[in-house]
This record gives sequence, structure tokens and C-alpha cells, in this order.
Amino acid sequence: MSGGTYLGMPAFPEAASESTQNKQLRANLTHATHTIRDKRAKAVAELADWPQLRAAGAAIKNRTLRHLDHYLEQVEAAVEAAGGHVHWAADADEANRIVIDLVRMTGETEVVKVKSMATQEIGLNEALGEAGIRAYETDLAELIVQLGDDLPSHILVPAIHRNRSEIRDIFAKEMGNWGRPAPDGLTDRPAELADAARLHLREKFLRAKVGVSGANFMVAETGTLVVVESEGNGRMCLTLPETLISVVGIEKVVPTWQDLEVFLQLLPRSSTAERMNPYTSMWTGTTDEDGPQTFHLVLIDNGRTDTLADTVGRQALRCIRCSACLNVCPVYERAGGHAYGSPYPGPIGAILTPQLRGTQSKLDASLPYASSLCGACYEVCPVAIDIPEVLVHLRERVVQGGEVTLRGSRTTIKPAKGHAAERAAMRAARWALDHPAALRGGQRLAARTRRLHPKRLPGPGKAWTETREVPAVPAESFRDWWQRTRGKETK
Amino acid sequence: MRVALFVTCVNDTLYPDTGRAVVTLLERLGVEVDFPAAQTCCGQAQFNTGYRYETEPLVRRYARAFEGYDHIVTPSGSCVAMVRDNYPRIGEKAAAEGRGDELAEIAASVVPRTYELTEFLVDVLGVTDVGAYFPHTVTYHPTCHGLRMLGLGRRPVELLSHVKGLELRELPGADECCGFGGTFAVKNAAVSAAMGADKARHISETGASAVCTVDNSCLMHIGGTLARLGSQTRPVHLAEILASTEEHPYAPGGIR
Ligand code: SF4
Repeated sequence: MSGGTYLGMPAFPEAASESTQNKQLRANLTHATHTIRDKRAKAVAELADWPQLRAAGAAIKNRTLRHLDHYLEQVEAAVEAAGGHVHWAADADEANRIVIDLVRMTGETEVVKVKSMATQEIGLNEALGEAGIRAYETDLAELIVQLGDDLPSHILVPAIHRNRSEIRDIFAKEMGNWGRPAPDGLTDRPAELADAARLHLREKFLRAKVGVSGANFMVAETGTLVVVESEGNGRMCLTLPETLISVVGIEKVVPTWQDLEVFLQLLPRSSTAERMNPYTSMWTGTTDEDGPQTFHLVLIDNGRTDTLADTVGRQALRCIRCSACLNVCPVYERAGGHAYGSPYPGPIGAILTPQLRGTQSKLDASLPYASSLCGACYEVCPVAIDIPEVLVHLRERVVQGGEVTLRGSRTTIKPAKGHAAERAAMRAARWALDHPAALRGGQRLAARTRRLHPKRLPGPGKAWTETREVPAVPAESFRDWWQRTRGKETK
Repeated sequence: MRVALFVTCVNDTLYPDTGRAVVTLLERLGVEVDFPAAQTCCGQAQFNTGYRYETEPLVRRYARAFEGYDHIVTPSGSCVAMVRDNYPRIGEKAAAEGRGDELAEIAASVVPRTYELTEFLVDVLGVTDVGAYFPHTVTYHPTCHGLRMLGLGRRPVELLSHVKGLELRELPGADECCGFGGTFAVKNAAVSAAMGADKARHISETGASAVCTVDNSCLMHIGGTLARLGSQTRPVHLAEILASTEEHPYAPGGIR
């Protein structure tokens, strides 16, 4: 995977059938996800009131989303009162234009970045690059991804698909092209790699005049933004530059500090399995002679209002991007993050991407099917998003079409292409299943011809028999046995 | 107490032994069980693939077929989860689409009467020792629906632990999905097969003669994978183990 773009990626099954063959990737992912999932389970088990916290998290987010218009205006007023400037962006293009203009106004041609999902979602780095502005990622894993001209494959650990020796090679080869080169003789010892990254990044922190961030939360009552992190690199970007631009999805608002308290318990335990994350940075507008003197908040919609209009799908907006669902997902573990074709991989990506981007493209229409519906994601989600429920709901949208909200207006969409044969089969099956006599006829035909059934099937059946035997058809169905031995039938 | 067996379309067509085992077991426990022939399928495959409208006639059929029964017992965890979790959703959506409360009322009438076999045995009949005999080593895969949707908890293991002659072997990674997932098994065949291979490896490593579950659809995938890999472990539905006695032992399709 390279080239840093999601454009033109194949549908999930094709991408995944390739990545599942990659032994190194599979080993890296299995090791990493199992380690973190076990740790999370321990960290969560420490709290007797976890179910209540989880219910509170879901309830707070639901209430906020119900009155989102109110809380967003409260955020805007509070941020402006504290000396910040607020900008509204309906989509990715508008958000990128706003950020580019804001950077140009400073006269700078480079920015340092705090790890942020929202800026990946809108493709900000690429847009800045085209405008002649270089964006430097400063989160360690994001740095690895950026230097490797790669794509992130996990929300929290974007370079989870890389191992130490790959990282060493990337540092040795690429750091010099981006700034301070890696020291000679760099090995793959974690301490040495961290040291190389520290030296490389320190130079950027001290030089940069503009910082760009996202935010984990926005507290409406005071207009305070919150970034939660482990490394402290985010803190550097949030405090050292003269200008700070924060790009935040409109669903990140929480009404009060008391509400925030719930999420500051839910997030670290779910995400890194820590009782408390090492760095929590909070800022409210600007403060004289302390930190950035100019602060811009860019609020992005980019499909969120449309998602909010869907009574089943809207629960995806409760997501706090902890990545617990990725770490327990058996499909993510085997397919890897790139197969999901967006910055949001794993179960949350499978329900969020088709809502934010729509289900028009082949890739986006395939995402709701990238799950066995095993329910492990729902079980661990700290805000109780019933991901399997939303997956099935979106599958309906793909094969049945129906009413959706697109750019603010109600529209009826047609079923996605490429499901005609399946639809016909489903209809035929339903007909037979609604006519027990037809079902019995089919069973008897299958029983009579059972010796002739091939072991390897052609067409769609091939997908089954590549790796699995087909069950032998019995000589007599249950219903025939019942009728033969019990004589009469009830009803 | 009027009890109906919902055998499910998969068991009816491919695994009649499982249906017969439920009948044998329940009759041995003194329960008279009916098989209403109007029953066919709960609609799980249609619904989970996104064909909600194709599912609705099957919801109506289910309700008609089992009208008047106090308990509807089925040897399939995923079909119970379909009825319990999804029938109410189908009703809600139909109502939201302005098509009245008919389906919601159907859901409300069947949900409380529908039981997975081990729920019926433990919760309704109050038995954990069903007098079974099965002299083999067995490992138990809890299945996602049994574990997470229905919350069967220790019921199946309690029942197994009272089976004479049975030695239960713990399954590593038991709570991980086997990779079946209905149409997922063919739509995402590569990932499904990779999950199945890992499950099969864990099962084989227990050295058990048989792997059992509360659901033959998972077992079809697990058994098909085990057979392809040349494993000696055989798939057996839990009901068939519980139906087996010293007088009428399980007639094996290859259990050592
Ligand atoms: S969906 Fe839930 S578990 Fe997944 S990242 Fe979002 S909050 Fe975390």
C-alpha cells in the first residue's frame, strides 16, 4: 500500500483476499490486536461501574446529538468570547479551503500537525501540499506512515501494520528528505527509533509558527477543546506555534465538564488500556502571552448532518474513536486496515464510511458486508454503538435502496448495482420458504440426487468449496421423517 | 404446556438428526412436542443480507405456524437471536414506514415464547442433568449468537458437565467467531476461510473427538473446514449429545 490515497481502491472482498495472504501482516496484526484487547479487558474489569459509565456515555452523546444545533452555537459563542475564531465547513473541500486561507494569512509555508482523524478524513495534508504548504505529522506512528508514503491502517496505531525493522528502514531512508536525517548506524531497537524520531521532530516543533490539530472533545459551556494523547508531541504543537488551527467534526461536542468526566474515564481504558492517558491538553480560545495568540476552530459537517437524519445509523456519531472495536474484530485482524479504503478502518469504518461518503461506489457498498456480525465490537464499544444493527441497516440500503438524506435533502436512492442475481435468489428462496410444499419438493429432489452432488461447486458455490467440504444431503428431511413416523401433522 | 419444535430450515433439510435428537430428548424428559408443518425458516439469511422486505412474509409465517403454543423450542442459537433481536426491529421499521403495527404485534407475541434448546432445558424445565451418556472427549464452541446475543452463559456447559462418560476439553479462543456469518462465508470467502482455519486449528489442538455447538450453521462451516484439513475431530450438535443414552447411544458418523 502506498501513494497516500484511497482513490480507486478495490471493494473490500478483493482487497481483503489479497491482504489475508500476507503472512507478515497477519502476524503483526494478530500479535498487536490480541495484546491490546487483553489489556483493555483487564483495565475495564477494574471498574465495577463500567456498564453504568457506558450507558452514561451513550446517553450523553444521544442527548447532545438531539440538540446538536443548540450546543454548536454555544461552542461558537464561547470560543469567540474567549478570543478564538470559528469557521463552518459543509464538506471536505470547504474545510480544506478555509485552512489553506488561514495558513496563507500567516505567510507560512509549513505546519506541524497533531494526530487527527478529521484532517485525514478531509485529506488536508494533500490539499495543503497542492497549495504549496508542507504539513508535518508529529505523532510517532503518523510520522512513520508519512515518511513511508503509506496510509494509516488503525485509528490509534496507524502504523500497526509495520514492524520494527520496517520502521528502521523507513527512518534511515526518508528522514533526511523531510528534515533532520536519522543518525548513522540506526538499529531497530525501540529506544533508538524513539530517539531518532525525537531529534527529527524537535527541530520542527521549535521552528513551526502554525499548528494544526483535531480535538477529542469540545466542551460547550466554556468553549474548551480537549486533546487526549500518550506521547506529548500533541502538547508541543498545541502550545509552541503562534497560530493554532483546529479542525473538528461537529459531533465532538459535549455539553458540560461534568459530561466530559465520563468520557475521560471511558476513552483511555478502551483505547490504550490505561487508567488515565499521559497527556490531556485543554484550551479555551487564546490566553495573553501563553500559547498560540491566534486560534481558529474549523467545524466540519462532511456528511454528519445526513447521518444524524438516519434514526438507526446516527448512533455511529457517538463514536469517540477509541479503536476498541478494531482490536477485537476478527475481520480487521485478518484483512488489515487498508482494505477498508478510508481513514476509518474496522467495524466503525464499516458503518461510518458508507454514511459519510454514501454507498454509491463499489468499495463503499461493500463495507457493510465486511463483517460476520459476531457482535464483539458492540460488546466492547464504550458508547454502546450497536454496530451489527447498523451494518444490517446499511446492507438494506445497498440492496433495497430507499429514503436517505443526502446533502440535507430527503432522496430516494436505487439499490446498488451488481446484486441482481442475489436478489433473484433471495426472492426465489423466500417464495419456496413461504410454500412448505415447494420446500418439501426441493428437499426430496435433493435427497434423490444426493449421490450425484459434486464435492467442488462451480459459480458462487466455489467460494464455499475452495476451503470447506459441503455437507452431505440426508436421505430424508426432518419433515418427511416426522410425517412418516408420527403419521399425522399438526396443522 | 403446549410445546412446538422449530427445527429451522437448515436442520430440516441438512441435519434432520439434530431435529430427531431434540424430539427424543424432550420426550425422554416427559415433554410432548409438536412439529407444526407450516413452519419453514426464520428469515435470518434474508434479513442479515439486507432483504428486509423479503423477510416479512417469513415473520408472518412463523407467527401463524406457532400460534397457540406456549413454548417454541429450537436447536439454533442464531435463529432465536433473529426472532428475539430482529423481529421487533422489522416491526418497528414497518410502523415507521406507515405500514401499521401488524408486524410489531407479531414480534411482541412470538419473542417471549421462543427459546433456544438449552434455555428451555435449564430455565423452563429446570434440568441440567438430562440423563445423557456420551463416552467421548468433547470441546464446546459457544458461537457468537449463543455467547453475545442470547447470553447463554454457562447453560450449555452445565448440561455437558452432567453427561456421563463425557470429558470436556477447554477450547482456546472460544469466544472468537468461527467465520461463518451466513452469506459472509461466500461474500468474504477469504476472510471467512482464514477465521475458519484458525478456529479449526484451536479445535484440533484440544485433541477432542468431537466439537459441539448450539447451532448447525456454524458447525457446517467448522465441520467443512475440519474435514478439508483432514482433522479427526467431528462436528456434533449439542442436542445429539444430550439425546444419547447408554441404551440408545449416539450413532456416530465417525466418532472415535
Ligand atoms: S465505534 Fe465504539 S469501540 Fe469503535 S472506535 Fe468508536 S467508540 Fe470505540
